[in-house]
Order: sequence, then structure tokens, then C-alpha cells
Amino acid sequence: MNNKKYILVSGLILGLFAIVGTTLVGITHQTTAEKIADNERLALLRKLNQILPSNKYDNDLLHTSINIDADNRLGQKKSSTVYIAKRQNKISAMIFSVIAPKGYSGEIKMLVGINIDGTLSGVRIVSHKETPGLGDAMETEKSDWVLSFSGKSLHSPKEKKWKVKRDGGVFDQFTGATITPRAVVQAVHLCLIYFDRHKKELLEQYDKQTKQLLPDNKTG
Amino acid sequence: MKDDNYNEISKNGLWNNNVALVQLLGLCPLLAVTGTVINGLGLGLATMLTLIISNAVVSLIRHLVRPEVRVPVFVLIIASVVTAIELAMNAWLYELYTVLGIFIPLIVTNCGILARAEAFASKNRLLPSILDGLMMGLGFTLVLVTLGAIREILGYGTLFNNSHLMFGELAHNWTWVFIEDYSGFLLAILPPGAFIGMGLIIALKNVIDKHNKKKQTNTATQIVSSTEAAV
Repeated sequence: MNNKKYILVSGLILGLFAIVGTTLVGITHQTTAEKIADNERLALLRKLNQILPSNKYDNDLLHTSINIDADNRLGQKKSSTVYIAKRQNKISAMIFSVIAPKGYSGEIKMLVGINIDGTLSGVRIVSHKETPGLGDAMETEKSDWVLSFSGKSLHSPKEKKWKVKRDGGVFDQFTGATITPRAVVQAVHLCLIYFDRHKKELLEQYDKQTKQLLPDNKTG
Repeated sequence: MKDDNYNEISKNGLWNNNVALVQLLGLCPLLAVTGTVINGLGLGLATMLTLIISNAVVSLIRHLVRPEVRVPVFVLIIASVVTAIELAMNAWLYELYTVLGIFIPLIVTNCGILARAEAFASKNRLLPSILDGLMMGLGFTLVLVTLGAIREILGYGTLFNNSHLMFGELAHNWTWVFIEDYSGFLLAILPPGAFIGMGLIIALKNVIDKHNKKKQTNTATQIVSSTEAAV
């Protein structure tokens, strides 16, 4: 009998600490949740603003987006987000949040901003696992390489030249790393092609979505 | 507790029984994040805070918890504390949090913390336990910062890069550039560089210890011989 009681008390003590611990975590979560969500929004917005200066759009970029399903033509295995930038109620640019699957060590998450006229407004790397000191030259902190995309479009350079220099294209590779820039160039090119061929569908999808959200708004 | 006992605790934490150099605990985060000084400092301070809080709590409840359930209770305490710190860092040190990433929650699995709870805090009063947590954490942080400094200088040619992640916008120009246009030394940045650097630090500590011991025995024999001469 005594033994049973002993086990019971030990169990209760353990349970008590579980409750106290969970409460502590719960309270901290409550107090920090809003701040954390803010941080994440701000960090994303900062990245988006690097691609698309804030004077180029006047809508709530973070909340104006559509999702496209996993699509081979875009080289995506998962669905990806496209942010829609509007200025004075006209769509001015789209920002594709895509993954370049063929990095040297895994996926490279990036943002590709395309102006409505088909020129690139900018490209930024969000996260990657490339070799430090070699492949990470695509980060803006390390080199200006990624800025070389700005202003390029599907027709300039020509289709055949949308490659790194080693493959006969116009984009620099890094010393000691060809695979990383090759993956990035390819992913950007795919985005441009996709945008060129499916611009209409993307806009339709966006229209449909806004109409669903605001059923009263007949002007669309 | 007497003063020399506190001295002993401090010495153990910082040198004689250093978590990283002597106990060799918590090596996974230690080797993974020490690419730069600031990363090392960030993880070191988070670990130190965890050690202080968990040691304090464990010491307070040491009479309440029975031996059979003590380990799960300690783990619960450590896990809750670390999760709370992780959330707080995510809220107030967001940039640093994104750099340190998975290694903040992994502080839970740093055996050094459970080892201190079990070996020290569960047997000692509150104040010594807090001091033990502080000193053990400080010892760990110092190793992280030293290793981070070695790897940052060799690997990037800079020191205190990215200080603003921790100290805010004011610290943007704290970076010391040792070598302009340094092309980088890849080995120092990659994990093998961490192992080599860590090995060298441990070796250095052992050399210093040996040297000190020799000195002590030397002075001892000197005293003996001088007394003999006097006789």
C-alpha cells in the first residue's frame, strides 16, 4: 500500500511540473506571438522592398498574393506564392517566391520581381545552404552578383544567352562555384518564361480571387 | 558557505572543469555556430541564461523532487526555460534568432545543462547553484567566443562582423577588418575548421595546466632544498 502511495505522489509531482512548465511556455507565447508575427512580416517586407522600391507600389503587398500550384513549367515541386504589386489600382509588378531546386547543396529559396512590362525589377536570395565563401556570393552582403539581373528580360539577353558564362551565356559565375549561379540563373529564366506565357492566367486568377473576397465589388 | 567555496565554484566553471574544454559537453552547437564571434556570443549568452535559471529552479525544488522522477522533472524545467528563451529571442532579437536558427531550441539537448542540474544544483543551496550556472555558462561562452574569433579572423579576415544582430543599429560599424579584400579561408569556416580550432584550444589549455603544475612542483622542491640547506 505504502509503495503505491509513493508512486502516486511521485507521479503527481511530475504532473505538477508538467503543468507549471506548460503554463510558463504558454504565457511567453501569448506575450511574444504578436511581436514575432510582426517581425516575420517586416523581414519579408524588407526583402520585397529591396526588389521593388516602395514608391513603385501603393497596395498592401503582403496581403495581395495568389498561390500557384506546383508546376513543372516553373520548376516548382510545391505551390508557390506570387505577390501582386499595384500602383494607383493598376498592376505594376509581380514578385514570385520560388525555389531553385538544383543548388550545390539543396534548395535555394528566392524572390524574383518582374515588372508588368516583362523586365526584371530584381532578384534576392531568401535562404540557401550553399558553401560559405564560395556559393554564398549570391547574397547581397557578399557581392553584387545578384544585382546583375535587374533590368534584364526574356529578350535581353536572348534566350540562348540566359546562362552563366561557362555555358556560353552572359552571367558571371563565381570563382570556384558554377553550380550555384547556374541554378539561380535557370530559376530566374523559368520565372520570366512562365510570366511571359501565363501572365493572363495569373491576372485572371487574381481577379477571381478579389471578386470572391469582395462579392459586392462589381467593378473588379 | 565560505568565500573560498565560491572561489572554487568560479574556478571550476571557468577553467578546471570547463563545460566545453574539460567535460566536452554541448559540442554540437559549439562547433556549429562558432563561424563568427557574434554567433558564438549569442548562443553562449542564451546557454548561460538557461543554465542560471535551470540551476536556480532545480536547487529550489531539490527537496521536493524524489530521486525516481528527478531526471524527467529536470528535463521538463530545462525544456520550458529554453522554449521561453527561444520565443523571447524570436520576438526581441529576431535577426540573431534567424542566424542561430535550430541551435536555440537545441540548447535543451546540451548535456552540459542537465549535467549541472544533476551534479550540482540538486545537491546545493540556491546561491551556490546560481553562481555555478553563471560560471559554467560564462566558461562555455568564453570558449564559444574564442573559437568564433579564431574562425572569423582566419575565415573572413574580420572580427565582430554583424554586431548589429545583437546590439542594434548602433553597432553597424563595429566590424574590424584585419585584411582588406581577403578572399577567405574556407577550411576555417567549414565544420572541420571548428574541430581543428577546438582541438588547438584544448591543447593550449593542457599546455598551460602542465606548465602551472611544473612551476608548483618546482617551487615546492626549491623550498625543500632551501630548508635542507638551512639545516
